[in-house]
Amino acid sequence: MLHVSDTGVLPTKEEEQEFERGLLLTTLDSLVNWARKSSIWPASFGLACCAIEMMATGASRFDLARFGAEVFRGSPRQSDLMIVAGRVSRKMAPVLRRIYDQMPEPKWVIAMGACASCGGIFNTYTIVQGVDQIVPVDVYVPGCPPRPEQLIHGIRLLQEKIARERPSKQGLFHLPWHRAA
Amino acid sequence: MITEIFNGMATTFKHIFRKPVTVSYPEERLPLAPRYRGLHMLVVGDDGMERCVGCELCAVACPADAIYVEAAENTEQERHSKGERYAKVYKIHMLRCIFCGYCEEACPEEAIVLGKQYELASYERGDFVYGKERLRSPLTEAMKQRPDLHPDW
Repeated sequence: MLHVSDTGVLPTKEEEQEFERGLLLTTLDSLVNWARKSSIWPASFGLACCAIEMMATGASRFDLARFGAEVFRGSPRQSDLMIVAGRVSRKMAPVLRRIYDQMPEPKWVIAMGACASCGGIFNTYTIVQGVDQIVPVDVYVPGCPPRPEQLIHGIRLLQEKIARERPSKQGLFHLPWHRAA
Repeated sequence: MITEIFNGMATTFKHIFRKPVTVSYPEERLPLAPRYRGLHMLVVGDDGMERCVGCELCAVACPADAIYVEAAENTEQERHSKGERYAKVYKIHMLRCIFCGYCEEACPEEAIVLGKQYELASYERGDFVYGKERLRSPLTEAMKQRPDLHPDW
């Protein structure tokens, strides 16, 4: 192979190795990201009326299975995504946090609807004014409740976000305390 | 027993030939109801005058307290609306908003109307405070989403 490194035209052998390692890792990253974004399993965490729209999104009319996200799991141990669908009362907040903590990494959160995102019309002492006070939220979906299309739009935004992540930079087994919330 | 299984399977197989009910959303969309309420539009007339006169009735009517209006007086040099005052600051918090349409109902000038745009999701909570620059919409554009508006209000 040609090496005219002194002129600075072609990369040196070390640079080439570095480049190839980067190429390998980015390819691995995109593979991991593709796997992650094409099978976002949501935890079934419906709290209020938004849950009805969430169910409609999972049903055959809108068919969340087209995006690989139809398997609503009963156990947080098997889920990657928490769709907070509905208002979170102060009594529910520790439960929500515990379910989030029980989910294995990597995990994402969608705040669905006005109440979960920021309290909505319930600006009272009983309702948590946005679940981002308890868990790190990745995508906010406004609406009261959002149409199934809006939730699908949110999930597609989340897929784009996952596609931009670099799992190799975070370490493939990145731990909760490494997570930039 | 065989006939029961056969009957059951016949029902199952019948569904293979049915038209699927799925609407593949990003490519095709369900038609919206004629009175569907989506993203707000702050209508600007064809003469470049905003319809909003800064009366703050929308902010008062809003059940979610999502609207903030700061009015200022029109002057001879600087005229933004046909009335005495105009909305210097007009902000809607789209996360708080429940799209009830009370602001549109309260508006005496048909200035704030709810359109049909609904894809509003975003990554940051701060992105959702829509200022005037994101809400302003020329009348012709608004009429595309809301044909029931009055062009000569």
